[in-house]
Amino acid sequence: MSTGSQIGRAVDRVDAHAKVTGTARYSAERRPPGTVHAVLVGAQVANGRVTDIDTSEAMAVDGVLAVLTHRELPRIATRPAVVPSLAGTSAHGQSLFPMQDDRVYYAGQPVAMVVADTLERAEHAAELVGVTYAVEAAITTIEQGRDEAFEPERIFGGIVPGRTERGDVAAGLREADVVMERVFHLAANHHNPIETSAATAVWEDSRLTLYDTTQGPTATRLSVAELLGIPPSDIRVVSEFVGGSFGSKAMIWSHPTLAAMAAQYVRAPVTLSLSREQMFTGSGHREEQEHTLTLGAREDGTLTALRHRKLSPTSCFDEWAEPSISPVSQLYACPNFEGVYNVFRANTMTPTFMRAPGEGSGAFVLETALDELAYELGVDPIELRLRNHADTDPETGDPWSSKGLRECYERGAELFGWGLRDPIPRSRRDGNWLVGTGMASAIYPVYTPMSPQRARARVYADGRAVIETGASDFGTGVGTIMAQVAAQALGMETEAVAVHYGDTELPNTVAAVGSAGAGAVSSAVHTAATALRERLVGQAVADPESPLRGADPAGVAVAEGRMFLREAPETGETYSDLLRRHMMFDADALGEWEPPAQDTGYGMATFGAQFAEVGVDPDLGLVRVRRLTGVFAPGRVLNRKTARSQLMGGMLWGMGQALLEATHMEPQQGRWANASLAEYLLPVNADAPDVEAEMIEVEDRVVNPLGVKGIGEVGQVGVAAAIANAVFHATGQRFHDLPITVESVLAKL
Amino acid sequence: MRSFAYKRVSDVATAIAEVGGDPGSEFLAGGTTEVDMLRIRVARPRRVVDINDLPIAAIEDLSDGGLRLGGLARMSDVAAHPAVRERYPVVSEALEKGASAQLRNMATLGGNLMQKVRCSYFRDVDQACNKREPGSGCAAMNGFNRTHAVLGTSEHCIATHPSDVAVALTALDAIVHIQGPEGARTVAFDDFFPLPGNTPDREHPIAHGELITAIEVPANPAARTSHYLKVRDRESYEFALASAAVVLRVERGIIAEARIGLGGVATKPWRARQAEAALTGAPALRAAFEDAAAAELADAVPQGMNSFKITLAQRTLVRALETVASAHGGEGNA
Amino acid sequence: MRPRAHQTGTVAPSIPEQARGVRPRDAEIGPEATDIELTVNGTTHRVRVEPRVSLLDALRERLDITGTKKGCNQGACGACTVWVDGRRVVSCLTLAVACEGREITTVEGLADGDRLHPMQRAFVDNDAFQCGYCTPGQLMSAVALMAEGHTCDDAEIAEWMSGNICRCAAYPNIRSAIRQVRDTAEGTRKGGR
Repeated sequence: MSTGSQIGRAVDRVDAHAKVTGTARYSAERRPPGTVHAVLVGAQVANGRVTDIDTSEAMAVDGVLAVLTHRELPRIATRPAVVPSLAGTSAHGQSLFPMQDDRVYYAGQPVAMVVADTLERAEHAAELVGVTYAVEAAITTIEQGRDEAFEPERIFGGIVPGRTERGDVAAGLREADVVMERVFHLAANHHNPIETSAATAVWEDSRLTLYDTTQGPTATRLSVAELLGIPPSDIRVVSEFVGGSFGSKAMIWSHPTLAAMAAQYVRAPVTLSLSREQMFTGSGHREEQEHTLTLGAREDGTLTALRHRKLSPTSCFDEWAEPSISPVSQLYACPNFEGVYNVFRANTMTPTFMRAPGEGSGAFVLETALDELAYELGVDPIELRLRNHADTDPETGDPWSSKGLRECYERGAELFGWGLRDPIPRSRRDGNWLVGTGMASAIYPVYTPMSPQRARARVYADGRAVIETGASDFGTGVGTIMAQVAAQALGMETEAVAVHYGDTELPNTVAAVGSAGAGAVSSAVHTAATALRERLVGQAVADPESPLRGADPAGVAVAEGRMFLREAPETGETYSDLLRRHMMFDADALGEWEPPAQDTGYGMATFGAQFAEVGVDPDLGLVRVRRLTGVFAPGRVLNRKTARSQLMGGMLWGMGQALLEATHMEPQQGRWANASLAEYLLPVNADAPDVEAEMIEVEDRVVNPLGVKGIGEVGQVGVAAAIANAVFHATGQRFHDLPITVESVLAKL
Repeated sequence: MRSFAYKRVSDVATAIAEVGGDPGSEFLAGGTTEVDMLRIRVARPRRVVDINDLPIAAIEDLSDGGLRLGGLARMSDVAAHPAVRERYPVVSEALEKGASAQLRNMATLGGNLMQKVRCSYFRDVDQACNKREPGSGCAAMNGFNRTHAVLGTSEHCIATHPSDVAVALTALDAIVHIQGPEGARTVAFDDFFPLPGNTPDREHPIAHGELITAIEVPANPAARTSHYLKVRDRESYEFALASAAVVLRVERGIIAEARIGLGGVATKPWRARQAEAALTGAPALRAAFEDAAAAELADAVPQGMNSFKITLAQRTLVRALETVASAHGGEGNA
Repeated sequence: MRPRAHQTGTVAPSIPEQARGVRPRDAEIGPEATDIELTVNGTTHRVRVEPRVSLLDALRERLDITGTKKGCNQGACGACTVWVDGRRVVSCLTLAVACEGREITTVEGLADGDRLHPMQRAFVDNDAFQCGYCTPGQLMSAVALMAEGHTCDDAEIAEWMSGNICRCAAYPNIRSAIRQVRDTAEGTRKGGR
């Protein structure tokens, strides 16, 4: 009768059965009777004005109910503001809402929406909408926009300053024995969850129900309410199953509001799914970026200065760049630092969060440069990192809430067999393949929500429990850990706890973004379930008929739903006994976790160490990853099974970033040239090596009650650098651009 | 997608009559190209005629040791057929490197030869494309053309032919059997794919209503050790950046006969005749392979983003030649 | 006409009865919507579709059998994988009308009542998915893979599963699940060919 075993258990996902049997209903599959279909028409040009829209042919198609353009679509009530969804407020992905006027800022911007009785008719009619444009020249690439760049005051939805400085970089570089400057180029990326974004809107009088694909049902509710100018309480958002997101569904884009507007217009439930092509212009992207990193170090490898400049395109209306400079600033002890973002206005939509936003790119830049430094100085790459280990947060001097990075290096090196490595480049060959290994560090910040996080716990007289939060589970496994955390606090088996989530009618939690979902939700659930247990124990000890009458509540433990005296386990009763005796069908408690203030006085981040082995076929330009090992220190692990999957998925994402993923701008036309899954290359099964992902638990008393630091993104951080470093080890050639393509390998080998 | 009518037929004569007699009708076989083309509005028939039930899917022995592959034989079935595996591994390999298992279960061999190019400008009806709309121009020429062709291009079209198996079949001098309103005829494989020249819209010599009933693969004992090498960004489920189909007959270290197809780099399944000529009579050694590959690519024309394919095609060919030569007991990878 | 095991479910009750079973196999239909019969997981459904409707959309939009997923609608992701006459195919590039008279099997047809197919069980055991959206297609491929005999080693499994993209990148766990089934006798209980 242990009460310590629920958290950390490798429990199967609570939604596993629904997912393997096909009964899981994703947002676009929720179809009230009479639902009709909306299809968007995107602008063909990247910059200009709509001078005419001929909708007559589209309207003539059988079954077409409406064609909405900027002439017909209602005006929005409030101009959307870009605020990260972690804030818990409305969270618009960009400040442009489509079809409010005739202006076109980017190719794919919706210029019309067709509603018809069937999907095929809506799609066909959408093809028949004739749009005429007055076209203006477009800027979409770094090559075109470099001269227009400026330093923004803040980026990333206003939460990151455009410039970070500490110490004196010029002085630091003067002190250095070695100074290196490297320029990196990273291709634009798209999230491409396999489920495209979709919303079904159902009006009942003034009440709106939205089945939306979102990481934050409340964020959708608040954002749509703002745009429609209706009270948030009139909107219910349901998002029970979400088919992947990776940031594409972290912010709220136009589709749920457009679905609601269409449903209002045609007076019927409307479902709106983006096509795969529209996913490239419908939910943001990771921007193309160029980094210049200048590094100064002493002969012993200790860093004296880092200067980091990032240049990237943003939209015409928002100042967004992923914060790639943060990990560069925070990963190592370096007294002198300068980081500057430069952006220029481009004819794209506003870029957005994409898994490890900034950490993935920043770690590639820094960790590649560090590997070069290691070779330059003849120091082992791990040893070099240890020499620069940040014992405190380099940005503030604050202590870390927890770290564990040294242990990650040590364990990773052991698992991977790093000690057997001959550091000499081109020292291993396997047939046609040059084989190399590389490593890198990983860092991902611990974000804490800015608002209270709530959950409700309920115990039924039949001995079962239910835990509820509004959070959505888009594959993270948050639903499963809800059950485990509740079971732990209630003293029950996980299997006896049902979970409800993904609905604004349930107690509010913030959007599960920034790897903060597990921390926020587990804290709320822990608080609620603990409150319920205390309430029931309190009731029992006050109950003259209870065997526990008069006991000190602190002396009562619970296991398998039975309350008992810690000192005399035979004395006790079950929750069920207590409830039944009092003619209670159930009992519940609402828990509210108040997150720590944003400045805790601690540096808070998850750390890890990444190792990669690659094969490079120098004749054919091929790079293939043979194995990946990652060891991470994510605080407390709530479910070893799902946590490992998250880390593994993140690591394979890093592989995609390193070798395959790139969205290319059509240079003449300012449109994405490869907006399909046939041409935007995601890794397939045959690309994915076996992955070793281990976790080292570190105790963290600062971040939240259970010490959960988050694992959704850190798995990706550093992988691209570990791979590029392995490619160097295999070939003797450095690669500073991602992805590392066949042509880039051929050009050097 | 526009709407269209549908009719299912069960014999060849009816199929040909139904389509041949109606300019608005098109054949529907596996659908992996046709349904895709319908959806992106490149194909706009009034009606599709479903020929999946036609009895032309068999794989049969020819008296001389060759094979007759039915026009409707599925890629997966052809690839797995023991006779194909044994006599023409290059064909099995090319098929199994193509698309995905699901698509190979659907797509037919005839359809594979008739498949459309993957050029994104061809696929987007709002873009200039001489193949889709003669005279409209070629947006790929100054566009994103990383995957486009370096061999057989013209100023009107640079789209790469996407087939893998056709690269193997061209090396084997397969014969395409066609039946149409005017009767049956055969076309040599290399002639089945004209160069784009001034008429990139003419992709093959098939007239409306004509149907590929079979592909005949002549006997070739050397093909038993043949090989198809496909190079691409990701490990699977992608079109070739470059590929090579190689059949060699080696006698005492000297190449007596070479048959080579190149894929992923040309506007048609490319028969590498210059490389073949260079190899014939040469020793089966890497130096000869490199010379032959260089000879084949000597006239290649790069576009803005695909010049790497000239190198890649040569190295792909050299590697494939090494592999086959080594299987013949030659120098191989040495 | 149809195997006796099949039940007939009526999806659109307002459709007149006359077309039922009397339309010749080679009759031209469309372009307007026409009643057709689709046999899905052993149940024959009457459904009214235009010839342009894909099997995928017929399942999801007309029959409300939504286990089969749409990821790209272009044959480039495999999320829509189903079996037609026991062979795995992508339903986005398959016309529904072309499936009349054929046996369609979707993920909903894998389990034996409440008893999961061993492959479903193995996917759960091995955490072979996260968001679950590609999972039905992965399962239909994985079970077919067993019957095709492409499970010799991990390399073969990986290659023959590469037509199903998993953006969560559960690939190594998918391979583990397939190995688990391969290494137990139960795996071939029910499969495509």
